[in-house]
Amino acid sequence: MKFKGLAFHYYLMLLPGYIWLVMFSIVPLFGILIAFEDYQPVLGVLHSDWVGLENFRYMFMLNDSKVIFFNTVFIAVMKIIANLIVPVAFALMLHELRLAVFKRWVQTLVYLPHFLSWVILSGIIIDVLSYTGPINNILSSFGVEPTLFMGKPTLFPFLVVGSDVWKEFGFNTIIYLAALTSINPSLYEAAALDGANRWQRLKNVTLPGISPTIFLLLILSLGNVLNAGFDQVFNLYNPLVYSSGDIVDTWVYREGLLKLQYGLATAVGLLKSVVGFILITCSYYLANRFTNYRIF
Amino acid sequence: MVRETTAASKAFDVILIAILGVIALSCIFPLWYTLMVSLSEKSAAAAGIVRAWPIGFNLVSYQQIMRDGQFFHSFWVSIERVILGASLSFIVTVLMAYPLSKETKDLRSRNVLMWILVFTMLFNGGLIPLYQTVKAYGLIDNIWVLVLSGGLPMFNVILVINFFRGLPKELEEAALVDGAGPWYTLFMLFIPLSVPVLATITLFTIVGHWNEFFSGLVFMTKPDHYPLQTYIRQMVIQIDPSQMNTDAESLKRLSEISNQTLNAAKIFIAMLPILVIYPFLQRFFIHGITLGSVKE
Repeated sequence: MKFKGLAFHYYLMLLPGYIWLVMFSIVPLFGILIAFEDYQPVLGVLHSDWVGLENFRYMFMLNDSKVIFFNTVFIAVMKIIANLIVPVAFALMLHELRLAVFKRWVQTLVYLPHFLSWVILSGIIIDVLSYTGPINNILSSFGVEPTLFMGKPTLFPFLVVGSDVWKEFGFNTIIYLAALTSINPSLYEAAALDGANRWQRLKNVTLPGISPTIFLLLILSLGNVLNAGFDQVFNLYNPLVYSSGDIVDTWVYREGLLKLQYGLATAVGLLKSVVGFILITCSYYLANRFTNYRIF
Repeated sequence: MVRETTAASKAFDVILIAILGVIALSCIFPLWYTLMVSLSEKSAAAAGIVRAWPIGFNLVSYQQIMRDGQFFHSFWVSIERVILGASLSFIVTVLMAYPLSKETKDLRSRNVLMWILVFTMLFNGGLIPLYQTVKAYGLIDNIWVLVLSGGLPMFNVILVINFFRGLPKELEEAALVDGAGPWYTLFMLFIPLSVPVLATITLFTIVGHWNEFFSGLVFMTKPDHYPLQTYIRQMVIQIDPSQMNTDAESLKRLSEISNQTLNAAKIFIAMLPILVIYPFLQRFFIHGITLGSVKE
């Protein structure tokens, strides 16, 4: 059935959203031009001198760019792997647990860190890992010399990955738990009748039951190979660990906004956006192709 | 579930409970430790001897915060921002999702509009262009920049579109036949039917605005305008004495920075609102996430 005159109201409803979109998403896109300019804030985007690809050429010459690119991909890939394995393992353990009350308590506690900001959690983590913090305290009672964890470049990427897993594993578990509850219980009954023990049931019923979900989330996470987590690294790092902890986004902030190298920083940011966009588009395409996943 | 009573299976259960208990404790202990430090004596905190209970219990740090005008200032900025940001994005999200959930025959340009929405969600100009745009709008140091600069929560719009599309079409047609306009249909029919998903995205928006620190850091030039998380970050995390002058104000701040109990108290108060809404949040979000995100 078709109703007349509805379209006008529909467009009226869309108006505020698209004004917002134009002002804060589409207009800034024109700022990409800064990447091809010797940008002077006084002159503005339209009147600054064009330098073509000079900013990009300079970027590839810089030693920094190789380091930050490596750091970004290294941290992001480790995060993808760890954030896949740990939540699955945790969901399987919760699934095997038979005490319903205890299960609810565990769930309530492990979801909590997800809702706290990296500002708060970094403050806590830096304190806990500090020279006089509880971790060093415990280690020293085993005779280990206290270490300044946050000042060791070799350690820093692993602390970033570890703390990210700690913050998010509970929340990431939710999806697997939902997938686990949708496994047909009669499969377990049948397996038990055939004499399968708990380990065999886990291997032959539970894992195949959630593997489509694992596969889907893996594909979708491939789009994040350049997202190492700005908020986290920005709040956790310090000059001592720039060599192993600096990622593209933190570098853009420091070089661009603090040292006023607008053209160069925009070029780096643009390259990251373009590559990221291609990666995300591919991962969504693959997800749609292999698992029929659609975002709308 | 199949019940097993063998000794091996029982031992497995015990080990499982122990492991999950330790994991759950690891999520809550750092937060608890922060509370305990904030309640301890300064010297005990500095010596790093605080563990699971406060040493030399006192409320001095909380009394000190009561006298800290800047802290309350920032707290208020954060509250203002949460109220403005959450209500604005609720209204805009709902108004946008309703027309976009229609078929192309009812809203001809639907596919183009949808494409623009997804594109802007996946591709952006990066930090420097956004900063220059906001500056050109004259929004630096304005509360609205905190509300608007993050852009439209596009993922929420898509979530709500998906939910609206799942509602029975006959329902809406019946309303329209009975003479209800599109606005009446949206507010009196669709919104009441979508409470779980709308509650979820609203709570996530609130948490997101409360936790966000970066726009405060970049777009606000006066500490007076900092939201709470930005203020906490500047006070607690950024320990860089080399950047400080030796005037009285800076020295006072430096002595504050080394004050662990005061910092712990600030961190704890900043996470208190989240801890308070968390029980309500938890009731909704598991349901809400599984509704909208992954479809079979």
